[in-house]
Amino acid sequence: MQNYVWLIPALPFAAFVVTLLLGRWWIKAESHWIPILAMAGSFGLSIAAFIQIRGAEEPVIVRMWQWFSVGSFQVPLAFQIDQLTAVMLLVVTGVGLLIFIYSKGYMHGDPGYYRFFAYMSLFAFSMLLLVLANNYLLLYFGWEAVGLCSYYLIGFFYHKPEAAAAGKKAFIVNRVGDFGFGLGVMLIFVTFGTLDYTGVFAKVAGGAVGHNVLVAIALLLFMGAMGKSAQFPLHVWLPDAMEGPTPVSALIHAATMVTAGVYLVARSSVIFASAPAALLVVGIVGTFTAIFAAVIGMAQNDIKKVLAYSTVSQLGYMFMALGVGAWSGAIFHLVAHAFFKALLFLGAGSVIHSMGGEQDMRCMGGLARRIPVTWITFMTGALALSGVFPFAGFWSKDEILGKNFQAGVYVVWFVGLVAAFITAFYTFRMVFVTFWGKETRSDEKTCALIHESPKSMTWPLILLAVASTVGGFIGLPGSFGVIQRFLEPVFSRASDILGVAEPSVGTLDIVLMVVSLVVALMGMGLAWLIYVRRAQDLPQFFGALFGPVYRVVYNKFYVDEFYAATFVRVAVDGSRSVWHNFDEKVIDGAVHGSAWLWQNWGRVVRPLQTGRVQNYLLGILIGVFVIVTVVVFL
Amino acid sequence: MAPTPADMPIPVDWYLYLSAALFMTGVVGVLTRRNLFIILFSIELMMNAVNLNLVGFSRFHENLTGQNFVLFTMVVAAAEAAVGLAIATALFRNRQTLMVDLFDRMKG
Repeated sequence: MQNYVWLIPALPFAAFVVTLLLGRWWIKAESHWIPILAMAGSFGLSIAAFIQIRGAEEPVIVRMWQWFSVGSFQVPLAFQIDQLTAVMLLVVTGVGLLIFIYSKGYMHGDPGYYRFFAYMSLFAFSMLLLVLANNYLLLYFGWEAVGLCSYYLIGFFYHKPEAAAAGKKAFIVNRVGDFGFGLGVMLIFVTFGTLDYTGVFAKVAGGAVGHNVLVAIALLLFMGAMGKSAQFPLHVWLPDAMEGPTPVSALIHAATMVTAGVYLVARSSVIFASAPAALLVVGIVGTFTAIFAAVIGMAQNDIKKVLAYSTVSQLGYMFMALGVGAWSGAIFHLVAHAFFKALLFLGAGSVIHSMGGEQDMRCMGGLARRIPVTWITFMTGALALSGVFPFAGFWSKDEILGKNFQAGVYVVWFVGLVAAFITAFYTFRMVFVTFWGKETRSDEKTCALIHESPKSMTWPLILLAVASTVGGFIGLPGSFGVIQRFLEPVFSRASDILGVAEPSVGTLDIVLMVVSLVVALMGMGLAWLIYVRRAQDLPQFFGALFGPVYRVVYNKFYVDEFYAATFVRVAVDGSRSVWHNFDEKVIDGAVHGSAWLWQNWGRVVRPLQTGRVQNYLLGILIGVFVIVTVVVFL
Repeated sequence: MAPTPADMPIPVDWYLYLSAALFMTGVVGVLTRRNLFIILFSIELMMNAVNLNLVGFSRFHENLTGQNFVLFTMVVAAAEAAVGLAIATALFRNRQTLMVDLFDRMKG
């Protein structure tokens, strides 16, 4: 493993360099091959690493070279492979590979084809660096690099003002979180004198550090996680990020990058376990975000926006799991979510593709017969997201709810259950409005052109649908959980600190499972009642009944407007005030003042320059006389 | 001052007086005359005043280096005169005059 691990991030990076340099003039429409092959190579190597790390008690650390060496500040460029990294590697490269292949069909004919694949490769490189890092600084580097790629790819259609603005928004909102993350990394170094995971965790477990410092570190790290994983109140960038191409939404804003925050908290599980106050904050924020975003998701009409809020909500579930120390439960949901949410996004992309770019669900309908492969796979993803037995989301969501129930935080469990109900409702609202019905609510030209997507797009859908169907069986509850046992060595120390009990399956688990299944089916049933059975009158009826509430939800609880009226306003007005009062008066005043000074001084001395050589010669002569007089006679 | 050599009929001072007079004549010419040719001639006068100085001291110190140097100075002066006259010709073609007080385009 020592000798090939560096290739896992290096291959996509090489693909990025080659595609960016040669893509525009040479490779052009064949730009997808190098990134896809590089991704396949990384995937193969990730499988190898996964097999080799199985059951290992200690992480494997691969040192490449010394990165920083300044006094006591020693940071190596080194990779750490343990079970958590191996799972993340498989998710990133596996889902990434499928999405790369899908992009070949989806982005076909785009003028920025090579640019798209170059940025996607750069993203894959950064994300792999992020999960492979063995210290917080390298993690931070990958963290910022994925943010940068996210910015590039959200603004991929840069000629669209909304896309450019969305990219900027994502970047700036992430800055807020990363500010805390950066401070957290510094505090870690100041406290522990090292940034290596192993060194930091050993010192935390040794108990040499004060409790308050640990809480501060954990909260600062979580601030970064909130930004990257779009948790309330920093969730506002993710729905806007849907301006990017759909494969970007699937890879970056659903399957991988946004889960980096979950990864960060899981990676720092020892720190969080030693700081229960911070863990409580994680749980509260996650729970609130889960239901908050789910509620907003009910009222969205853009198919990608529904999925975006669903992603925010599901990320909330993951933090809900982390909040009670269900580390492997969070990672399990991360993996399952990567499967079914990538599937749903790619399916939505296939729908949008077949509709010629239409994203508004109100203009769709009746697509089930027209694009059957997309329909069946999308349906699979929807069932998985809603948590229906035996799809992946059922097992992972149930794991989270069950862990919260066992931990005795019944409020969180109940809120999670309500959120699950809403999830099932909005998911099937989306499915019914998009695929059900007799006719498509669009103009004739669009209707005539509806077609199934090419093979390069449907095959990734099918494979992801299979993964979403059977993926849940890696995480059966209790001692049957493969992924839980696989991740055991990574989280054992944190679990010991928290004192999490050994998992066991009792009647309680089965009851909880049945309850959440019933809740999910109820949500689906309600969606069916409103949008299929009584589609003529009930939507309008509820719209009228909940008019004001609906408007608030539809406008996303006015969070954007609130930010615009407070932070943005303060920043803009403050900047304008500084511009007018400081820049224009003080800075410009100094510049213009010095110019004025020398201009006038020049006006005073200008007559000296007569332009006549003889005057100058006279000056020279007088000067010589003076100098000679001084030298000789004085 | 070192004693005058026995075979030097005219003392070095006289050379210096003559040279100084010649040099000042040149300086006054350069500073006061308006015609570019006269100015060039005046420069030649100054140069020759220097030559006279060199020759005088060379004789005084009984050292031929100064005289050698004068030969070089004369060659350079000839070249300088050629360049100066060429410039004067070009200037005249441009401005139809050689009165230097009219050349004040660089006035600030």
